[in-house]
Amino acid sequence: MGAFIGRRLLASLPIVFGVTALVFLILHLIPGDPAQIMLFGTNATPDQIAGLRRSLGLDRPLAVQYGDFVWRLVHGDLGVSFISQRRVAEEIGLVFPATATLALATMVVAATVGLGAGVIGAMYRGSWMDVAGTGFSVLGVAVPNFWLSVLLILVFAVRLGWLPALSEGGVRGLILPSVSLGWGFSAIITRLCRANLLEALAQPYVSTAYAKGLRAGAVVVRHALKNALIPVVTLLGLQVGNLLSGAVVVETIFGRQGLGSLAVRAIQAKDFPTIQGVVLVVALVYLLVNLAVDVAYAALDPRVRYG
Amino acid sequence: MWRRFARHRFAAAGAALLLVVFALAAAGPVVAPYNPERVDIVDRLRPPGAAHWLGTDQFGRDVLSRVVAGARPTCLAAVMAIGIAAGAGVVLGAAAGYAGGAVDGAVMRAMDIMLAFPGILLALVVVTILGTGLLNVMIAVGVSLIPAFTRLVRGAMLSLRQREFVVSARAIGCGSVRILGRHILPNVWAQVAVLSTTALGWAIIAGSTLNFLGFGVHPPTPEWGADLNTGREYLNAAWWMSTAPGTAIVLVILAINFVGDGVTEALDPALRRP
Repeated sequence: MGAFIGRRLLASLPIVFGVTALVFLILHLIPGDPAQIMLFGTNATPDQIAGLRRSLGLDRPLAVQYGDFVWRLVHGDLGVSFISQRRVAEEIGLVFPATATLALATMVVAATVGLGAGVIGAMYRGSWMDVAGTGFSVLGVAVPNFWLSVLLILVFAVRLGWLPALSEGGVRGLILPSVSLGWGFSAIITRLCRANLLEALAQPYVSTAYAKGLRAGAVVVRHALKNALIPVVTLLGLQVGNLLSGAVVVETIFGRQGLGSLAVRAIQAKDFPTIQGVVLVVALVYLLVNLAVDVAYAALDPRVRYG
Repeated sequence: MWRRFARHRFAAAGAALLLVVFALAAAGPVVAPYNPERVDIVDRLRPPGAAHWLGTDQFGRDVLSRVVAGARPTCLAAVMAIGIAAGAGVVLGAAAGYAGGAVDGAVMRAMDIMLAFPGILLALVVVTILGTGLLNVMIAVGVSLIPAFTRLVRGAMLSLRQREFVVSARAIGCGSVRILGRHILPNVWAQVAVLSTTALGWAIIAGSTLNFLGFGVHPPTPEWGADLNTGREYLNAAWWMSTAPGTAIVLVILAINFVGDGVTEALDPALRRP
């Protein structure tokens, strides 16, 4: 197992290197002079522009700049925001818990609803509950989370007044954003769980369990569901990327101070160090989660380890 | 194949709806009951009624006309994005799969790096570099879809280049370009078509998300995502402003998903219904 993790870590190194290179290049791929773009609309003199170029190190060779960028990264220095004048690492540290909480709440919503609907769909195949569950998952993958967010605000905040439209903190403020983000995921989980469970229920070991006199609930939960769940767990891990993408929109709509809304504000304000910082952190978190999923999968299935 | 596709009722209904939407996108403002950008302050925030079937917005513009006119930028962005992704993906995937070795390694590592950025984030990086605007949104969404097409085509290439008909073509002296163009690529188009259909839904969601966030069209141009965002500020006074473009997006994505299921079933004998 240790060898597998080592191999997988080694394979990730070139990707981490590529990610840092791409994030570094954001500033250099923009058409025009970054210093001029940043000072656009401030009536800056050529001297001020040259000063900013010097302070950003833009007057040095590209390779030297990249080396410096990586050196600072290794020391946890992501630069200073042009807008707030605070360290980017500090800003990200402040908003990261809000995004992590939203991600966790979304996972709980998606897993609970998705597994519930999937198990009911498989156990009562063809019944009205199965049809309702299938309809729910078909709609779930078609409704964009920004539209669902707006609908939920309209119904539960504006019309009924049950929940806050702004996610300012506390559990009540977390319900609408996590449902907005979670419905799409629960739809995918429902489909996968239903299909896998149907396949598992057709296996001989299930007939044996029934023949031993076990009740239907026990057969499903203790025998079939266990095997049907492995791909679902993998899927949950792989969906973290989509979850981080979705957070960009949902956090903006619900006014939640998180990584996603920080990214949108930074892009609107052309605050490049913050954009680079957020993009890098999200990509690295995504890589780490993928690595964890691979390791978990290898732990569950020996064929992956030795394959 | 067409008969099999038509037997899939949802797919046929989806295809019909998509045809209507694409026709509206092509005809655009010509078929809209009003000029979608005409301001009429007296008639502002009118609820749905006989004169304005889907009501009016904060400037008295007809919401139905804006939904009809908004079909063009929304669909154009998605179709162009798929064009960019499929074009680049086929070239890169074919090069990687056919040449193998260093070319394959370089292309696939580049794709791994792109895949390290979750979908919308990669599109946001591209928008940051290129700036805002509908064209840049198309490119951004297209770029974020390139790895999916590249991986698909490369995978197909790896298995096809070992097949007897390719080996025979090489044995009788055909050049690489001829083998690729005449013998290998015709066998890849079906898979590219299936992925294009399924990716179209994602492209519409991603494109309208970027427009919703304000990185795409500029006001007063109608676009579903952008109009939905404007309507958000008037949720209490005029729920129809955001509901109409939102419903349009959901219907189109549902239609695309049904068509995708139909195409997949029609092309893949293993999934065919008894």
